[in-house]
Amino acid sequence: MMLAPKALLVLAALTLAACQNPDRYGSGGAGGAGGMGGAGGSGGYIDTTGLGDPSDPRSIAYFNQTVGDRVLFAVDQSTLSPEARTILSGQAGWLNQNPGYAIIIEGHADEKGTREYNLALGARRAAAVQQFLISQGVAGNRMKTISYGKERPIEVCSEEACYAKNRRAVTVLSAGAGV
Amino acid sequence: MRPSFRFVTVLIALGLAAFAGPAAQAQDAPPPRIVIGAGVIEPMPIAVPAFVDEGGASDLARDLSRVVASDLVGTGFFREIPADAHISRITSFDGGVAFEDWKAVNAQVLITGAVSASGDRITVKFRAYDVLNGKVMDGAALQFAGTTAGWRRMAHKVADVVYSKITGEGGYFDSRVVFVSESGPKNARLKRLAVMDYDGANVQYLTDSGSIVLAPRFSPTGDRILYTSYETGFPRITLMDVGSLKRRTLEEQPGTMTFAPRFSPDGGTVVFSLERGGNSDIYALNIRSGQLSQLTNSPSIETAPSFSPDGSQIVFESDRSGTQQVYIMPASGGEGRRISGGEGRYSTPVWSPRGDLIAFTKQNAGRFHIGVMRTDGSEERLLTASFLDEGPTWAPNGRVIMFTRETSGGGGQASLWSVDITGRNLKQIPTDGPSSDPAWSPLLP
Repeated sequence: MMLAPKALLVLAALTLAACQNPDRYGSGGAGGAGGMGGAGGSGGYIDTTGLGDPSDPRSIAYFNQTVGDRVLFAVDQSTLSPEARTILSGQAGWLNQNPGYAIIIEGHADEKGTREYNLALGARRAAAVQQFLISQGVAGNRMKTISYGKERPIEVCSEEACYAKNRRAVTVLSAGAGV
Repeated sequence: MRPSFRFVTVLIALGLAAFAGPAAQAQDAPPPRIVIGAGVIEPMPIAVPAFVDEGGASDLARDLSRVVASDLVGTGFFREIPADAHISRITSFDGGVAFEDWKAVNAQVLITGAVSASGDRITVKFRAYDVLNGKVMDGAALQFAGTTAGWRRMAHKVADVVYSKITGEGGYFDSRVVFVSESGPKNARLKRLAVMDYDGANVQYLTDSGSIVLAPRFSPTGDRILYTSYETGFPRITLMDVGSLKRRTLEEQPGTMTFAPRFSPDGGTVVFSLERGGNSDIYALNIRSGQLSQLTNSPSIETAPSFSPDGSQIVFESDRSGTQQVYIMPASGGEGRRISGGEGRYSTPVWSPRGDLIAFTKQNAGRFHIGVMRTDGSEERLLTASFLDEGPTWAPNGRVIMFTRETSGGGGQASLWSVDITGRNLKQIPTDGPSSDPAWSPLLP
């Protein structure tokens, strides 16, 4: 529903269904709940099926694993740390060289906050990443943002070690912008 | 299964003086009275013998009286004299009451009732007696008629009348709660909307768990529900008709997120947060005309708006000071004035239906609390403390609060709890599985 029909056809052809749906955490989506449950707390929650060969520098798998698909935030903050800026600069460079991918930036929060505030905080984080990528030349019309608030932690323990990984913005790619 | 959910039509026959019991004896004992909030209250002893089957009611008569007792005892203000201690039996609704026998077992209030059923209709009548004075309490002899399927509602109505007569407060038992039913592991939680009686009975599911749903709210008449859904792929406020389960997305603007919706007291307006470019502000949408107006305009997070019962003001949270705090602004919008002033962070304010208090979530020193304060921020009172308590909702009478409590760790789960505004009677609401985000309906019509 968020992609043009033509793009959806392309997606189907590329069997990239796993990341076509922005609500990839919905139970109905391929690579959704099942894939996440299987990944457990390892952090490797993305179903790599259909993400391409990690050794292919133009694949989504390469972007996720080698460029780095996520940045982390301090408690209650949406400010990009120097480390985050380095990762995002790498993302921007890669995205500019691979203009065929559409981008959804997911913002997340840890569980130590109220539901509505965490939704807003996740949106702030996603927007901070989007603004940075735009400043690095990535076209704004390739990007959408979404906040999951505290609804989709990647780590499930109730300690700072887990919270630190959950306060994140993840750049999720799908083929769809004119491949 | 296609859930169906319809409020049962219930007829109330008032002024049934014919039901009044034997002539009152001349006594001087004060009538049964509980003043909520007036210090520690010794639970009032009551007797609720099985209601009499006056034809076709069978087990319903007994079951109905059990729900009446459960409602009253569940408030913490009453205790029930167990049936095996009763000396007298009530075998006829209009037969005389042996008050000495009820006095002897220390019952201060005796509730008798009778149920008759015909087809799918039942009729319930009851009397609440002031045992010490040997007479029916004023206004506590009524008759209700409804459907057999809706028998629990009639029990709740009986209990509401008794509770109201004794406390002077409005009732709240004949009400529903919409909430989010949860399943699955913490990192892949499945959520779907459900609705139940206030006490956890009669659960019905309103959506499947195909997409995340959050924070439902009832309309002032209980016939519609607002919530946040990821059904379109992005968080959007959604309006559902409870009868037909038809739903539609409100205010779908590309590139924005909408969340934290709540009705105005007249049901015609929805206030909510709209996020654009990372910034969340509060907006009001006229449901009929579709007219949208922006109520706050600030680079900080403004969310969780809730109207005052008269519709003139809105309480909300903002982190403009650096942390979440609670503010009140006119319903037409504006800067607002901060009312929260203690240590920690204050969020999810909800105006009491009585208008006197604001319930909120407070985070301080790593703990979460549900609390209440007056509308000027004074007399803050924390009612709970745990790893994670959040999202208070008011009972229709403004005397009880329900909220979400979540336990910690990888196996952490959410459940629904209630507490009264004095901080007493904290208890978990029985639900089939993990549950969150309760929102209380108004008293049913």
